[in-house]
Amino acid sequence: MNTIPMTHGLALAAMLFSIGLTGVLVRRNILFVLMSIELMLNAAGLAFVFAGARWGQADGQIFFLLILTLAAAEVGVALGLVLQIYRRFGSLDVDAISEMKG
Amino acid sequence: MLGLLWLIPIAPLVGFLILVSTEGRLSPRNVSWVGVGSIGIAALLTGLIGATFLNSPMEPFTQVLWTWMSVGGFAPQIAFYLDALSLNMMFVITGVGFLIHVYSVGYMRGDAGFSRFFAYMNLFVFAMLVLVLADNLVLLFLGWEGVGLCSYLLIGFWYDNPENGYAARKAFIVTRVGDTAMALGLFLLFKHLDTLEIQPLMERASENWESGSTLAVVTALLLLGGAVGKSAQLPLQTWLPDAMAGPTPVSALIHAATMVTAGVYLIARTHVLFSLAPDVQLAVGMVGAATLLISGVTALTQTDIKRVLAYSTISQVGYMFLALGVGAWSAAIFHLMTHAFFKALLFMAAGAVILALHHEQDIYKMGGLWRRLPVAFWTFLIGACALVAMPMTAGYFSKHEILLTAFDNGPSGVGLWIAGVLGALLTAIYSSKLVLIVFFGHQSTKTSEKLDINLHVPLVILAVLSLFGALLRIPLDSVLPEPAQGEEIAGWAEWVTNALPLIGIGLALLIYGTRSISLEHWLTKPIAERLQRFWFDGWGLDWLYDRLLVRPYCAIAKLNHRDVVDFLYTGLATIIRGCHLLTTRTQTGQLRWYAASMLLGTLLVIAIGLFT
Repeated sequence: MNTIPMTHGLALAAMLFSIGLTGVLVRRNILFVLMSIELMLNAAGLAFVFAGARWGQADGQIFFLLILTLAAAEVGVALGLVLQIYRRFGSLDVDAISEMKG
Repeated sequence: MLGLLWLIPIAPLVGFLILVSTEGRLSPRNVSWVGVGSIGIAALLTGLIGATFLNSPMEPFTQVLWTWMSVGGFAPQIAFYLDALSLNMMFVITGVGFLIHVYSVGYMRGDAGFSRFFAYMNLFVFAMLVLVLADNLVLLFLGWEGVGLCSYLLIGFWYDNPENGYAARKAFIVTRVGDTAMALGLFLLFKHLDTLEIQPLMERASENWESGSTLAVVTALLLLGGAVGKSAQLPLQTWLPDAMAGPTPVSALIHAATMVTAGVYLIARTHVLFSLAPDVQLAVGMVGAATLLISGVTALTQTDIKRVLAYSTISQVGYMFLALGVGAWSAAIFHLMTHAFFKALLFMAAGAVILALHHEQDIYKMGGLWRRLPVAFWTFLIGACALVAMPMTAGYFSKHEILLTAFDNGPSGVGLWIAGVLGALLTAIYSSKLVLIVFFGHQSTKTSEKLDINLHVPLVILAVLSLFGALLRIPLDSVLPEPAQGEEIAGWAEWVTNALPLIGIGLALLIYGTRSISLEHWLTKPIAERLQRFWFDGWGLDWLYDRLLVRPYCAIAKLNHRDVVDFLYTGLATIIRGCHLLTTRTQTGQLRWYAASMLLGTLLVIAIGLFT
């Protein structure tokens, strides 16, 4: 069976990470920001899976499971916050929510 | 009896404390009892102690009360020293002071600050007594500053007029210049002679210092600086005419009879030091001569009755300095005493006139007062005669002794004598002018007030003293050396000395009395007007000091009104506040900005990790 070369996998992970990061930086709707963060987390998980496959160890997959639960917990909290933000500010625009400026 | 010496300065101090602690709640009647009574007690004690002392062999008497402070080898005591010189001063201070206090009761009646006035006056008498009784120069300096303070308080007594406050500050600051010099002199004396007790100090000075040595000259000069400031001599005399802003009894007591003569007392007290520095002693005489001429001319042009008398005081103190300069020590003190009589009399008679005219001081608005104010007229006339040194008045004996001793004192003495007799001529002219304009001529202002008996009695007593005060002369030969007797004084010199005042009176009669000599022709010329303006302003010294000292100082103060030193601290604060502002700019509150800066930071850390 043909294995996907390590470099390809890592490149994919890097591309996903960059796309997520760009999303975090350029998106203004807070829901899209959250989705971009999910993308970045999954890119990191993908990198772990590839690395685990490369070295023939299960650690990578275990780490992916960890990241998955972490992401789920994070989304749970974040969506709660998003609801509160929407109630208070009537908007989901991250730029509009800048009351903590110095 | 002599053991009661300490009570003399204490009595006025107690009076001051009572008046101050009651804060004006006493009735005016009680205030007068306390204020005048305390001085009366002091005068009575002075009389008793004086009688005891004069009937004894006149050995100096020292009364040590306690040690003031003891620092290292420096332990000045609160101690009083009684000898003929300090007794003489005490007679003047308590005697004339008492009469002036009695007069003040009438003069200040109804004034809102009646109690405050007597409190200050009592404090002044206390300080002045401390000054003349002090056994050491530190205690003397305490009294010296004390009288300066009281002078300041009393010049600015009517403080709701800002001009009075200005005059008070001027007097205080100008005398401060002299006082600083004097303090430096004291430091120098202590450093080199290791004591400030006057008698040991004088002995050590004559043992350790040669005549004309630098140290003697410098210390004598510094003490002279103090004397010049306090006694309003050239070049520090500018404060005295403005000091006339105070009530008239103040002018009589402080600025004529006692405080302004403190400089004369100081020089007489430290005469050993001045004998060790003959050049400085000559300078004393020259300062006196220059002052008496300049202020004599200025007195001629003044129109305010009190300012005329103020310049006359400066000029008479100039005579005392002249006497000190030629070594006529006891004549100087003698003139100090007679001057205290007749100048206090003149001020108080002038005060009676001013009071009767509702505080009018311009002599050209007076006139023809002799009939309506007979007591003031006759006493003023007697005072003026003594001032002019008409034969047989008290002023005659003292002034002539000064002038003849000066004439006897070598070539420099003859120069001083010429200045002195010219000054006597000027004195005669301005005094006669004053009498003629104020009391004769047509009357222009209405008088209404009936003057108090309190005003009249001291005037009469002082008039008697001005006539016969020369009999009260206390022999000072136990304290002060007599001037060296030269050959017989030339008869013509004596004649000139006697005649010039009479010539002056004659001239004044012709000019201001009968008006047979008209000065109109001369006075209207531009140059004469300018000269008169110049003299009227006291020879431009005020102008000069204003340009030379006051304005540059004010300009510097204005430049520095935000303290230069503070720049360091405010600068530091500004820098820190700037940094703070910069960092707060990064706290935008924008989520994406934070994310981007995190990204940049991470990249930076990775880059550092990779490339190092």
